[in-house]
Amino acid sequence: MPVSQVNSKIIYGALKAADVRLVSALPETWLVHLIRMAHDDPDMTLVRLAKEEEGIGVSTGAHFAGLRSALLMQNHGFLQSINGLVSCALLYKIPLLMLISDRGHLGEPDPWQTEGGRYTRHLLDALRIVYSELSDAERVEHGIAQAMTLAQSSLSPVALLLTRDLMWETDS
Amino acid sequence: MKRIECLDAIYDDLKDCAVVTIMGAVAAELYSLGHRANFFYLEHAMGLASSIGLGVALSQPERRVVVIDGDGSVLMNLGGLTTLARYAPGNLTHLIFDNESLLSVGGFPTATATGSNLAAMARGAGIGTATMFDDVDGFVAATRAALGSDELHCLVAKVEAVGPAAFHMDLELLENRFEFARALRVDPRDGATLDHRTRDAKPMTDEPTLEPPDEEDAP
Repeated sequence: MPVSQVNSKIIYGALKAADVRLVSALPETWLVHLIRMAHDDPDMTLVRLAKEEEGIGVSTGAHFAGLRSALLMQNHGFLQSINGLVSCALLYKIPLLMLISDRGHLGEPDPWQTEGGRYTRHLLDALRIVYSELSDAERVEHGIAQAMTLAQSSLSPVALLLTRDLMWETDS
Repeated sequence: MKRIECLDAIYDDLKDCAVVTIMGAVAAELYSLGHRANFFYLEHAMGLASSIGLGVALSQPERRVVVIDGDGSVLMNLGGLTTLARYAPGNLTHLIFDNESLLSVGGFPTATATGSNLAAMARGAGIGTATMFDDVDGFVAATRAALGSDELHCLVAKVEAVGPAAFHMDLELLENRFEFARALRVDPRDGATLDHRTRDAKPMTDEPTLEPPDEEDAP
């Protein structure tokens, strides 16, 4: 599978280094390795969701209970979660680390992904959610650590966009 | 039966539980019985109370968690029933007051007024214990049994579409959110402060593990 196993491992290691103990996720192609790693890790609680918005609630509960968590989803899952983000995470000031696979952006070959890619950054801006792109494997650990630090200090959601350059191995 | 009768009957049983309620009449009625720091009223985000309860229950397996839900909210997150069933935390009890109505916004009938059965849906989702009640005694007995068990229970109480005269609560949303998180820092087993960064490394006994003094320091 051309989803980068090496970089998925780096991302997972960075989540562990940031003391993430619970991951909720809805599978998508780019996230398969990450979800398998969380599943195979006896020290990680993995919550497989039916719909991404549930993950906002699960992470809220984990935060109340003192646990750091992360939500893994495709950008269409982010679009699906907007009400939960606004009327739970933002309203109640919940630190929430979102790792969002950045589908529909430059290089996207699947027509059905392209519409969501058009809006993802604009919606994050509209919600005043701080976000950054993760494109370079060497910057992943630093980026995840910084995002977690800001989420915790600002009591707010923070998003990291997992780009094609990071997640997908190309032949070129 | 009325929801307030059920809440009143189980109020003392909720004393030491982390309780997550939905907004509107459920929150106002529980609050009217006496607010506690371990009660969190989710005043929006309909549907997510059960997801929050799941997050708490999975994060603190030693704590008893009760979600007090309603038909309108459950119908907004039916997929969440399948997630609850998948992880089935034994420390979680899911109570649903079904008044067949969106009472807080004018009483419009929900789909449970036209035959949708939440207990059957929960069973279909995989929560085998899901049961429907239309009498206070039955519901209260089942709630107490659920709170004493180590199995996920989903109990649906069919109640009248009546609520409190007023919905006002003298409690800011953020005040409630911060005090709830603080209440969850207290270990339900021994009252100690929970610190997730170190709790797994907690020694099993209280015995000191001091190094013996160096020989030259010995008297």
